[in-house]
Amino acid sequence: MKGKYASRWHFLGAPSGAMSHIHLYLVASLLFLMPIGAFRTHAQETNPFAGDARAARAGESQFRANCAFCHGLGARGGGRGPDLTRAQKRRGETDAELFRTINEGIPGTAMPQNGTTSQGVGMTAEEIWQVITYIRTVEKKSASATAGDAAHGDKLFHGSAGCFTCHMVHGKGGRLGPDLTNVATARSVESLIDSVRSPSLHLATGLIENTKEFPQEYETVTVVTGVGQTLTGVTLNEDNFSVQMMDTQQQIHLFEKDKLISFKKTRESLMPAYDANVLSDQDLQDLLAYLFKVSAK
Amino acid sequence: MTRAITQLLACGLFLSVNSSARAQVTFDRLLQSSKEPQNWLTYSGDYSGRRHSELAQINTENVKGLSARWVYQTGALGKFEATPLVVDGIMYGTGQDDRAYALDARTGRPIWQYQYIYPSDIRPCCGRINRGMAILGDKVFFGTLDAHVIALDAKTGNLVWDVEAVDYRKGYSFTLAPLAVKDMIVVGISGGEYGTRGFIEAYEASTGARKWRFYTTPGPGEPGHETWAGESWKTGGAPAWITGVYDKETDQLFWTTGNPAPSNRKAQREGDNLYSNCLLALDADTGKLNWYFQYTKHDEHDWDSTQVPVMVELEGKKFIAHANRNGYFYLIDRTTGKLVFSKPFATTTWSLTKDAEGRPVATRESSPTLEGREVCPGAAGATNWMSPSFDPQTKLFFVTAREQCDIFSTAEQVNEEGHAYYGSAYFPAADAEPYWGALRALDPLTGKIKWELKHLSPSWSGVLSTAGGLVFTGDSEGNFIALEASTGRVLWHFQMGGAVIAGPMAYAIDGKEYVAMAAGSALFTFTLP
Repeated sequence: MKGKYASRWHFLGAPSGAMSHIHLYLVASLLFLMPIGAFRTHAQETNPFAGDARAARAGESQFRANCAFCHGLGARGGGRGPDLTRAQKRRGETDAELFRTINEGIPGTAMPQNGTTSQGVGMTAEEIWQVITYIRTVEKKSASATAGDAAHGDKLFHGSAGCFTCHMVHGKGGRLGPDLTNVATARSVESLIDSVRSPSLHLATGLIENTKEFPQEYETVTVVTGVGQTLTGVTLNEDNFSVQMMDTQQQIHLFEKDKLISFKKTRESLMPAYDANVLSDQDLQDLLAYLFKVSAK
Repeated sequence: MTRAITQLLACGLFLSVNSSARAQVTFDRLLQSSKEPQNWLTYSGDYSGRRHSELAQINTENVKGLSARWVYQTGALGKFEATPLVVDGIMYGTGQDDRAYALDARTGRPIWQYQYIYPSDIRPCCGRINRGMAILGDKVFFGTLDAHVIALDAKTGNLVWDVEAVDYRKGYSFTLAPLAVKDMIVVGISGGEYGTRGFIEAYEASTGARKWRFYTTPGPGEPGHETWAGESWKTGGAPAWITGVYDKETDQLFWTTGNPAPSNRKAQREGDNLYSNCLLALDADTGKLNWYFQYTKHDEHDWDSTQVPVMVELEGKKFIAHANRNGYFYLIDRTTGKLVFSKPFATTTWSLTKDAEGRPVATRESSPTLEGREVCPGAAGATNWMSPSFDPQTKLFFVTAREQCDIFSTAEQVNEEGHAYYGSAYFPAADAEPYWGALRALDPLTGKIKWELKHLSPSWSGVLSTAGGLVFTGDSEGNFIALEASTGRVLWHFQMGGAVIAGPMAYAIDGKEYVAMAAGSALFTFTLP
């Protein structure tokens, strides 16, 4: 049965009738997988262009075309992608690891596989090495991004600052806000500070709709249900016809929009703004130091 | 032995089916496609490009009962942008990464499937995509990611011919569905993100021999050559990557072109850059240019004019209706190539004045700088390649619009053959509002928006209108949606579980109407119970 079905698949250059059905099926299966497998450009261990200024310039052009949309001009990071000028990189810092990250993407994140989105045109192995050469020229060599006291930051996070009531780190904490385990390596320092001081300034945004794997933007939603109950919380997901939300008691609610009495959504975050009266500049540095410490694990 | 008997039986069965089947798809059938609304014979449904079906069984009264009939999985990753064809009960389509299939359009069961094997170092912009096929005679045709045009036997999927159009290593590829006209297969090349030279060309359907090629950047001695500084015409892009339309009365092809390369870099290509971002009227037999209309002179924002130009007849006059990626709707007299009017259909900030012909003129402030300048629409455009639709009943033009602005930055880049040639970057402003989209219904005689359906995030879906008073479209959240064409009221929706990046189409078998739409990696077909 399988053989009969597979014999209906046609491949360029496959001699018809020359192979038994079973063989044809196997060959067909392998060939069919090729277009995916064939594009896994094999990573060398080291960068053939390391230190080459001309390759770095070509890499900058590639970076602008393919990477700057999320990682910003000059690789300094945006609200969407990590600041790549930091030497520490969560997904690996060696040439081979960077090549793998760029070429294969990071499953489960907005970092796409090379050439799969409409952002940029996709890169050859040579061009990926050029981009890595460029990134090396803009990396700052300082080891740590902040000079705070991580142990004190830990106490603030789990104590007086109350972060843990809404945020998780390493599987412990609240659920209303984003998990912060990896946030320090995923955002620029400026973006982290903004998120504490003015949480509504940059709510998380989806990348581009084709790769919007994690659409949650932590928008604040207030609904009045069909029986007149008012609920406030964050959207977990939404389309034109339904909404999935978590209320402030961290309960999940699922609604069809046309059955609600009212549906209001704002980009004013539910998180309170931590100004300098609530959290001093030094405490903020300590908190960031703690987040950097946990994200390095 | 058993196998031989099976084959004999299969042959006999096939012959008996064949004797009762319809004739081949002739040029005459393509010209008179309105006589067979049960079939969908070209990428846009007919030669006018209006993506409208005369089928009316599914209508505003009963559409709420529409349900999924079958789903076909292509098994491929990446963006599924194709519109299938249907001819006499058989659906012919392509999928991501240059695969093709023929299906029983009633059940979705494959008759044959084909995978084109292309080299590992292809140079596609924007993913390994294909938008569909053309059919003529006993063959189906599509373009490949390594810039070949191939013909397959429609009954078996066997390869009939395979022609290399150009060396893909220089940055060329095919992504559009070809158009069958007379005895020819017409295609346009992709590659505006590389230092390429765009072209539109025709192949003899029976043999694959090239009949003509029109280069979209004029060479020395040709009119328009003076619109390119120095040697920039050689690498000026102006690809032609969306299917055009055919006007039998004037025996002309109307075909649109894309951005000049490098896309955001003025300094490397001073001039108007003809025939980038144009509507071209080409003689169908020779490919000779009869006239052109340039939408965006010297484009610096990657605003390809590669939208299907729609032939419409209104108040006894013949027009091309075109909602452009640059945010303006254009109505053009297709007998003369003269602009009737242009009017924004989405937020635009790049133009404050119009020239003597009525075309928007770019402000100096919209020109990208190294630090970057915010301009609306953004690089993805106010619309893109997704097909619009024109409904002759309501006389409305439906287009998927996008509300997004971007910061455009430009930097010098040396062109290296086969490497991306942007000279640019673009990204949202730090304080940018979340971008969104809408399906908009325009009066093509005035450009006024009659109604809109707001999309939560911008949609890449094409639009289909039908004689049942309906408009079908999709969204990035995975919904397939039916609306009342006259009012925009949502009448039905279905969650397909994957973003829509394709255009819907309609067909019928044994008097039963179906509507089909690609989403995620699957093709969905819907009908009434």
